Amino acid sequence: MADAPLLDIQGLTRTFPGVIANDKVSFSVGKGEIHALLGENGAGKSTLVKMIYGVMRPDSGTMTLDGEMYTPHKPSDARARGIGMVFQHFTLFEGLSVADNVALGMTGTGRNLTKDIVALAAAYGFTVDPHRLVGTLSVGERQRVEIIRVLLQKPRLIIMDEPTSVLTPQEVDVLFRTLRRIKSEGVSILYISHKLEEIRALCDRATILRAGKVVASCDPRQETAKGLAEMMIGGLLKPPERAKTAVGQVRLLLDGLQLKSDRPFGIDLKDVSLAVCAGEIFGIAGVAGNGQIELMEALIGETPIASPEQIKLDGHPVGGFGPQQRRQRGMSFVPEERLGHAAVPSMSLSDNTLLSGIERKQLARGGFLNLDAATAFAGEVVERFGVKTAGVAKAAGSLSGGNLQKFVVGREVLQAPKVLVVSQPTWGVDAGAAAAIHQSLIDLAAAGSAVLVISQDLDELLAISTQIAVIANGQLSSARPAGEITVEEIGRSMGGAAQANAPALAGV
Amino acid sequence: MFRLEPRKELSRKMFYLTPLLALALTLVAGGIMFIALGKDPFTALYTIFIGPLTTFRGFAELLVKATPLILIAVGLALGFRANVWNIGAEGQYVIGALAGGSVALAAYPGGGYWLLPLMCVVGAAGGAAWAAIPALLKTRFNANEILVSLMLTYVAILLLSVLVDGPLRDPEGLNFPESRLFQNAARMPALIPHTRAHIGFIAAILAALLAQLALARHVIGYQIRVIGAAPAAARFAGFSETRIVWTCLLVSGALAGLAGLFEAAGPVGQIVPQLPNNYGFTAIIVAFLGRLHPLGIIASGLLMALTYIGGDAAQVALGLPSAVKSVFQGFLLFFLLAVDVLVTYRIRWMRRGMVL
Repeated sequence: MADAPLLDIQGLTRTFPGVIANDKVSFSVGKGEIHALLGENGAGKSTLVKMIYGVMRPDSGTMTLDGEMYTPHKPSDARARGIGMVFQHFTLFEGLSVADNVALGMTGTGRNLTKDIVALAAAYGFTVDPHRLVGTLSVGERQRVEIIRVLLQKPRLIIMDEPTSVLTPQEVDVLFRTLRRIKSEGVSILYISHKLEEIRALCDRATILRAGKVVASCDPRQETAKGLAEMMIGGLLKPPERAKTAVGQVRLLLDGLQLKSDRPFGIDLKDVSLAVCAGEIFGIAGVAGNGQIELMEALIGETPIASPEQIKLDGHPVGGFGPQQRRQRGMSFVPEERLGHAAVPSMSLSDNTLLSGIERKQLARGGFLNLDAATAFAGEVVERFGVKTAGVAKAAGSLSGGNLQKFVVGREVLQAPKVLVVSQPTWGVDAGAAAAIHQSLIDLAAAGSAVLVISQDLDELLAISTQIAVIANGQLSSARPAGEITVEEIGRSMGGAAQANAPALAGV
Repeated sequence: MFRLEPRKELSRKMFYLTPLLALALTLVAGGIMFIALGKDPFTALYTIFIGPLTTFRGFAELLVKATPLILIAVGLALGFRANVWNIGAEGQYVIGALAGGSVALAAYPGGGYWLLPLMCVVGAAGGAAWAAIPALLKTRFNANEILVSLMLTYVAILLLSVLVDGPLRDPEGLNFPESRLFQNAARMPALIPHTRAHIGFIAAILAALLAQLALARHVIGYQIRVIGAAPAAARFAGFSETRIVWTCLLVSGALAGLAGLFEAAGPVGQIVPQLPNNYGFTAIIVAFLGRLHPLGIIASGLLMALTYIGGDAAQVALGLPSAVKSVFQGFLLFFLLAVDVLVTYRIRWMRRGMVL
């Protein structure tokens, strides 16, 4: 590693009304170094990256790139100086071919990129067909297209924003090989993530942000994941406490659940069967887009299913009921999308309790809303789940993602359902809030409820579940006790379906 | 070049102040228009906006015009809040007048205290039935209710022409295409003696209050608000979209039908081809000007009524064309929309070539 850093940042500060997003941030990225930027949501990672990539300008502070002043005013300045970025949410057009998508990202070149794409992919050890439509590619393949697009610009520094959040463990391995290869050619990588194990496996150095400030800098290979997490949240991390709960009778039973998806690119559910007993947390792992949305809709009752017998609550068929009747009988749901699905953004928190609470919390009498009861219930949720808000009259949309998630989970957990179905309980939530949500799910199960968790976060499922199954292409694998199943096994189940999927997609 | 960016937090205060700002801009633009026409702007604006309120008769006329506007707009607003776009209130208004008026003509010359209430019920039912057509087509075949309800307006108006030229024509009316004058038992009781203001105004205010109560305190109103603000959240809650579409169209149709019956049994006193007076369309502006809020609609309905009679006054006193009324209504709507955009978005000026 060369002594002079590639990118040197000194005292970068950026404020927004009422918030200091970055407070005198200083760090440097060496040449050929994979440098992790670690921090909770809201710690200031994305503001910092936006300033480096020229999307936003700092209030004060300096950046030097290879010893020269670096003041990007727009992303094309950053690209001109050799800084590329792979975004968390892909910026590809599904209806265009790989080559067309790559060409769109290059300014002022009319040349045919097909050969370049094939050659570059081969050099980094993977294959990409430049003529395939992006819409037919898997998530991992799309990410490779993004990486190729950046590499074609011969960057000196690549910024990667949460690149593994959508990949299977096997795809992560492929990505890491590619990144190490890129590094070996002297290109630096700024790697943003909150997945601690990955950072320990991949990165040479880590800069940890908390509340807009650099709080630590370390060699992640020398630290434990727990140590990194504690630097990140600035306190001791308490692992979820799992009391030994006796497993009771079956509360939620899915018996050969079938569902034809009516959405474009939707996934049909094929014969999904599972049983969740009182006291259990049943985890469903899987890569996004393998039927999780459809399964959730069938469980909530938003989509009618073929036979009422396919979903049973405490032995009684409920598959023929809509959401309200299912709630009356003791089910609660937390869908993946908080804003607009689990909550109405423009309505106050107390109005939002009515969405799912009318039936079980008696928030209406004779058709008239009991607004006092709704306000009281919202207050209880805010207090018990530590939701940070100026009051229950605040609009749900004004809360931060993590706080709204705590509110939504709290709203359902405090209804003491017999069965709780949760999708992505801690998606986009910081470590402290995630721990609180996990604990509440564990406590609910301990009190005799059955909890079904659908999540893409394997660490989460391994930490809280008693049983784990994998959903792939609309089919559910058989469940295994969480203590016996390994990450590799889960990954194989996820990936097996991806392969089964591929020929079908290629034929599109 | 400039770009519109959504504002992060919408100001409630601005949201309710925009109608007033739009009114102020309308007055300024109207004044400029009068200068261009060679009239004294202050006299003209006074004649339109203040003059009518200075006489007892003018005030009573204000209530006459405001009654159908408020009634119809309250119903429309319920639907608009739920993204149910009933644009055909004018047709439902005509059918209400026809259905309720037919009851009076059938009972002619008899009648008692029962007659007017029965006419109201039948008139409301007629409007609701006309609105049920787009409701059925939307919920069954997903047909666009905007087009269906709008086109049915023209059907209703033609139906009116046919009927007053045929079965409903006054047998002693020298073949004029008009019905008989309604008997006394079929006329709306006066609200202010010796004026045309009738108790329909009380009904309009009651309708607004009830709608406000429903929106703020009733499960149905809550469902309407949720469906309008976040349809996916409504599905999550288990609210039936079909039921809300039916409820909104039936209620707005019934209120429009009632407004038509009030007009026929009130100031007009018979069924005439000139019954459709654009109230059904103007009420759309009234609904938005009142921020789709029943209490706001009372205020905006009165304001819009003022442009009706002020426009007439300007025509008489200043020799202005009758289009002045429509121009002012148009000004109001356009300024409201423009100000709304600026409240919801902020303008960001861009240098050339900036990417983000």
